[in-house]
Amino acid sequence: MSKPRVATTSLCGCFGCHMSLLDIDERILALAEIVEFDKSPINDHKDFTQRCAVGLIEGGCANAENVHVLRRFREMCDVLVSVGDCATTGGIPALRNLVPLGECLHEAYVAGPSVHNPSGRVPDDPEIPLLLDKVYPAHEVVKIDFHLPGCPPSADTLWEALNALLAGKPLALPYALLKYD
Amino acid sequence: MSADPSLILDGREIPFVPGQTILQAADDAGVYIPRLCDKPGLEPFGSCRVCVVRANGRTVSSCTYPASLGMVVESETPELQAMRKVLLEMLFVEGNHFCMSCEKSGHCELQALGYRFGITAPQFEYQFPHREVDASHPDILIDHNRCILCARCVRTSRDLDGKEVFGFVGRGPHKRLAASTGSRLKDTNADVTDRAIDACPVGALLRKRVGFAVPVGQRPYDTVPIGAPEPVQEARR
Repeated sequence: MSKPRVATTSLCGCFGCHMSLLDIDERILALAEIVEFDKSPINDHKDFTQRCAVGLIEGGCANAENVHVLRRFREMCDVLVSVGDCATTGGIPALRNLVPLGECLHEAYVAGPSVHNPSGRVPDDPEIPLLLDKVYPAHEVVKIDFHLPGCPPSADTLWEALNALLAGKPLALPYALLKYD
Repeated sequence: MSADPSLILDGREIPFVPGQTILQAADDAGVYIPRLCDKPGLEPFGSCRVCVVRANGRTVSSCTYPASLGMVVESETPELQAMRKVLLEMLFVEGNHFCMSCEKSGHCELQALGYRFGITAPQFEYQFPHREVDASHPDILIDHNRCILCARCVRTSRDLDGKEVFGFVGRGPHKRLAASTGSRLKDTNADVTDRAIDACPVGALLRKRVGFAVPVGQRPYDTVPIGAPEPVQEARR
């Protein structure tokens, strides 16, 4: 039987959750024994090669590209897991939700004290993914099967959750492994 | 039968003193009922409803409902636990609770209840409401983003500090905590030593410059759930 495939992505996140996954240390060798990584920054595969058992989503949706990637993950993964506070709540990027988008862009590209932008133009190249009105948690965009909060979720949390998922067992995190910070 | 009046809580007979609420009787018997707005020493308020129980078949808040002779109370039922979880989820989405950067993280009762109830993500959409921060006072700040309107500071300031620094303004979804003079915190007689500041269950009312003093892993709710029996909490300290 072929190994179950795992795909991962960082949407509007800081890659901290991916770093936390690497923090499982030598257990990553055991993980490599039982899974095959598909689309993921870990192996730098840019797109899916086939359907995956598990998709790990880091980060919420801040722009149109995030939504596109997230929908692609939902399409290609049997089980989708929100990993980290950005995916489960919007996280730090969602602080911008407290300020209207126009004001955010104006501050970042026009009025900010360190901005040099004589044209006063906000970047609008079609190559740049369009920002959403606010940052959305992953489960407000697609159906998410499991959530692992934390900033980041600890390596032990990710290890426990991945093992349970891959073994088809119910995901019941011990108290100390469920944290919002 | 004993002389003391008693009620039945989840099938167990517990005594009470006439005049006590169900929650007070449960606390005295060492039975934890989850709660946020209730705090020992303060007048019952009944706003958060997290302490919801079924008393003689009626759904009531145990912090305000008087215990009575032979009353049959259900607390730890799947139905009531589900109700409490939903209430907590609503509190999380109605405010702006950025746990990852909050000074109160690890000490926060709302967060601790989230952990206790195993909430990994709320089932409701985040509201991201617009809320102000009042950092006008030199030593204290109010972050309305985190306020859950439990009135613990209002009651503590009024009844224990003897000051009435805080009050509520507005109604319904517009209700918010305010310095009771209707102005900024700096214009009140609030002081850094006020007990009202310690009464806040979340990170809405904070002393400045003292955050993040306890390392992650050693904070009150890092390893021990809120409401765990005292010996467990003592042993871990």
